[in-house]
Amino acid sequence: MAAVQAGLPVRLESIAGELPLPVFVGITNELEMRYPNQPLTNESQSHILGSVAGSAPRPPADRPVLRHPDTSMDKLEAWSPPQSPGISPPRSPSAYRSYPYGAQRNGTDTLLVHDAKVPGRPSVPQENSSPSHYSVKLQPEQPVITRVASVERLVERLEVDYSDDPWRITEEQREYYTNQFRSLQPDLSALIMGTVAKNFFTKSKLPIPELSHIWELSDVDKDGALTFPEFCTAFHLIVARKNGYPLPETLPATLRPGFVEAGVVTAPPSEATLPLIVFDENMMPGANQLKMGSVDLQGTSRPGVTAKQEARDESRKPEFSPKRIPEPHEKTIQHVSTLKPDSPQELDANMKSRTRPRSYSSTSIDDAMKKVEEPPTPPPRPQKTHSRASSLDLNKLFQQSGQGAKSGWLPPPPALPPRPPATQIFSFLPGSEKSSQKAVQQPNFADFSKFREEQESSLRGLSTEDLTPPKSESTVVHQGHAPQKPVRRKLHPESQSATPPSATPYSAATLTKSTQRPPPKQKREIQMAIRKNRETNAVLTRLNSELQQQLKVVHRERVTLESQLELPRPVTST
Amino acid sequence: MNCPLYIRSVPTQGELKFHYTVHTSLDVVEEKISGVGKALADQRELYLGLLYPTEDYKVYGYVTNSKVKFVIVVDSSNTSLRDNEIRSMFRKLHNSFTDVMCNPFYNPGDPIQSKAFDSIVSTMMVQAC
Repeated sequence: MAAVQAGLPVRLESIAGELPLPVFVGITNELEMRYPNQPLTNESQSHILGSVAGSAPRPPADRPVLRHPDTSMDKLEAWSPPQSPGISPPRSPSAYRSYPYGAQRNGTDTLLVHDAKVPGRPSVPQENSSPSHYSVKLQPEQPVITRVASVERLVERLEVDYSDDPWRITEEQREYYTNQFRSLQPDLSALIMGTVAKNFFTKSKLPIPELSHIWELSDVDKDGALTFPEFCTAFHLIVARKNGYPLPETLPATLRPGFVEAGVVTAPPSEATLPLIVFDENMMPGANQLKMGSVDLQGTSRPGVTAKQEARDESRKPEFSPKRIPEPHEKTIQHVSTLKPDSPQELDANMKSRTRPRSYSSTSIDDAMKKVEEPPTPPPRPQKTHSRASSLDLNKLFQQSGQGAKSGWLPPPPALPPRPPATQIFSFLPGSEKSSQKAVQQPNFADFSKFREEQESSLRGLSTEDLTPPKSESTVVHQGHAPQKPVRRKLHPESQSATPPSATPYSAATLTKSTQRPPPKQKREIQMAIRKNRETNAVLTRLNSELQQQLKVVHRERVTLESQLELPRPVTST
Repeated sequence: MNCPLYIRSVPTQGELKFHYTVHTSLDVVEEKISGVGKALADQRELYLGLLYPTEDYKVYGYVTNSKVKFVIVVDSSNTSLRDNEIRSMFRKLHNSFTDVMCNPFYNPGDPIQSKAFDSIVSTMMVQAC
């Protein structure tokens, strides 16, 4: 996805812009077919027309700016798919407009429309039918939200990254947002719940009313949860706000979940609804024109108010709060309000203020990101020694497991003197090391066999017999027979039962058994296993001792702290 | 308990009178919703209709399932407003209100400061005039 996104800007600049997925292209193209660009009384259609007009002049991607909109279909047709992102903002209004119609679809519709517009081909818009058709085509019946999310994701890929727009999400920003999203919700197509998002965004230290406003702008489907694009939008708004940008009244087109370039919008200069994304003067005309078309078609003469939910394109042109249009607007994302055209001067001023180099914004945004980003929970402290010990010991040990127990034992000296069991083992080890390897294994073997023998004894009830032999074995040095004892026992429980309970008779019995020892291979395997177990035992005991030490230290600290607390208390209590 | 989360009037002169009217109409609303004793919210319709007509204006009420009350006061001279229009207005209000509620940064009980909500209300009021 990142690759595609990264690749897109490049391609777009070469004008070649292509849709990321051929399948999608097909679908969106179909949608395009279905979206009429005829000036009908239908609001949506009017908007589409306007949007189409707006997108039509959109030239090669290298120019984010838009020319004066051409309402001719020819331009649209001539316009190649690459500018699809441009189209999507105009489409978005219709998509959003379908919200009231397609009551159920909401966000899906918007996304659908976005995708439909992507190809940028003129088509007869049938909002009501197309969203349904699109949704049918797009996927089998699924929860609206997931569908929306997937569509949104796909639409995201069509973003074009214009450089100067503070309301446009750059690639690195998007990467960052993606990672942040994953930290909250590993599934990119799922939602972040409202409370989770609230806690997360509260960390950004923005005032709550602003966060509330940002939420209103970002949560397009009004479900109290954020999809991934919504999350990106919200995050981006927060970042922008932290950088000093005033919050827009309506969502900028580039931040729409269906994201489309800001440059797509073209409006007639007269209306001059201040597009948030200010690239050029041409932007304004485009935006205005788009708005004009919608207004005319709607037949509302009122400059600022729309009776119904209107094409989203208007909401596409958010106003900066300083330049807020005084008239009441439908500022909800779902409702597009006809914004009063600002004077071109405002637009210029905006442009100047907004056309900060992306490098600046990105750096500052990076800082903001860092500010916003709250440190994840610090790595758990107590594990440091663990890791050290474990990594040191265990790794080493396991690496050397095949080579013999002796080397594995030596390396890490424990912080504390080894506990008695460890000492036992260690004392055994040095002694055993002097002797043959098999002798070394004897203590382990002894322990092991003790365990095994106990097991077996529980099975067979030969407790006394089983317990004594290990002790005897530990004292007695056997050569090669010891490892086999457990095996022997398992294999010949009856024979064991026959052995006399005394230690020496047992050893004699084992000696006799040893004559029947299993092939050396088995023995060796058992020896290896025993060695490994012994090593792990030693490591664990060492760890245990170290932990005990730490516990003591911590306990001591706690006691001192408590005593310190006690000291001022008598003063305060009096 | 019965403090207004949001109150707005279009001709701002004489606004206080409307505030007073709204407040007094709360009693009527309470009376209406308490009247249904058998079943709880299921049986009760959300739209309460004309609460009471006074000399100059009509008061309409609407209550949500969470006991949030919407009250609309319209001028009696405005005869063009029909009942279903009022219903649609309430529906829009309710939808906008749920949108506000969905915002995790909104604490229920706070005055509503959502600009989206404002805009919808303004639109409605302009439309009704």
